[in-house]
Amino acid sequence: MIQLRLSPGLPAMHEVSLAMALMDLVCAQATAAGASRVTRLVLEIGVLSHVDAHALRFAFDSAASGSPADGAVLEIRQIVGTTYCLDCEASVTIITRDAPCPRCGGVKLLAQGGDEMRLKEMEVV
Amino acid sequence: MCAVCGCGQGEKQVENLHHLQPHDHPHKPEELHANSANAHHNGDEHDHTRTVAEGRAPVDADHRHDHQHWHEHTHTHADCTTHAHPHSHAHGHVHDHGPDAVSAGAVAARLVTVEQDILARNDAIAMENRRAFQAARTLALNLVSSPGSGKTTLLVETLKRIGTSYPVAVIEGDQETTSDADRIRATGVSAIQVNTGKGCHLDAELIRAAMTRLGIASSGILFIENVGNLVCPASFDLGEAQKVVIVSVTEGEDKPLKYSGMFAASALMVVTKCDLLPHLDFDLDRLVDNARRVNPSIGVLKLSAKSGDGMDRWMHWLDTARALRLAVD
Repeated sequence: MIQLRLSPGLPAMHEVSLAMALMDLVCAQATAAGASRVTRLVLEIGVLSHVDAHALRFAFDSAASGSPADGAVLEIRQIVGTTYCLDCEASVTIITRDAPCPRCGGVKLLAQGGDEMRLKEMEVV
Repeated sequence: MCAVCGCGQGEKQVENLHHLQPHDHPHKPEELHANSANAHHNGDEHDHTRTVAEGRAPVDADHRHDHQHWHEHTHTHADCTTHAHPHSHAHGHVHDHGPDAVSAGAVAARLVTVEQDILARNDAIAMENRRAFQAARTLALNLVSSPGSGKTTLLVETLKRIGTSYPVAVIEGDQETTSDADRIRATGVSAIQVNTGKGCHLDAELIRAAMTRLGIASSGILFIENVGNLVCPASFDLGEAQKVVIVSVTEGEDKPLKYSGMFAASALMVVTKCDLLPHLDFDLDRLVDNARRVNPSIGVLKLSAKSGDGMDRWMHWLDTARALRLAVD
């Protein structure tokens, strides 16, 4: 999907904050593991988390520059959204928060998962 | 860049704290780089053993190794704020291996399982804040909205009505200026401005820093007016009891769908500027339907801070929320 952004700086700021928080976590974990360099990162990002993967990659490249994770491969695994439908009383999978229940079309959905922003694992040397 | 306070990155400032002035963090190398004896190599060994084929003369060792080293140190300022600073050092050594030489420096990659939220550090500080609020029986409310929704006007009118009935404090978040805190202070309430610089949201660390300066409004209400932004503040827990999302009728009815994360995270939606409704094509019912579509349990209050309509219900909501906070440990 192609997204046009009239104000490219503003929406990306969210991902910059996340990339910097990610770098704090990565550096702490790398130090704890006695690693000198991080070569690959695996993230789990929920589809409901409002994180733009492209913007996050861009922000990560800047945030990681000069750090042990400089040049690391960023693997982003998408996690589906799960909600509980109050109408048909079932857990269902959704892609956006405003999507209706795929079973009954109901719109009273309680989010259960899909807003994750997690560092799952990293490859270090 | 200072990884914790962000100075040098976004000029984050808490009023009256040391970050109000540009500063650097001088340190003596021998104090801070505690493992300086090993600082370059951090204790990891890499020798340049060569396997020399029988009958051949050793070749001059001349090969290149690149290393990056990373360490952190912390230091404490006179005002008791502590910063951690990561440093990296890059080193290159040039050697030239002979054709049969083998470098023992090559290390196999290994996998480290982390399984941690990216915002785990913020969340941990937010929990500390939350425990502090609970201990002081302070109701902390995180007010979130788009820019221009009327947050500050609502807050000013709210503070006038609370008067001196119970302790109140306000943390004002904005990228620049202290004008909002000035407006709050004009009501006689203690307020502190937190400027996030380029940052688009308040985080738990900034709230903790502001609290040390402002106090905690024990048994009262701490209003945190977040930066006008419906995206990022949804992700950053500050330790508040509840998020209150504020939407004005001059915005679109589809805001809850466009910024669903924020509406899903908020306990209450306050619709402001309702005195303007006769002049607008704004479908209030559609706004409420959309908000309930992303958060079926969200409460809704409609008011005008200017005319005062609906303010009584908002004050009642605040009193009730505060009473609930006081009622339990």
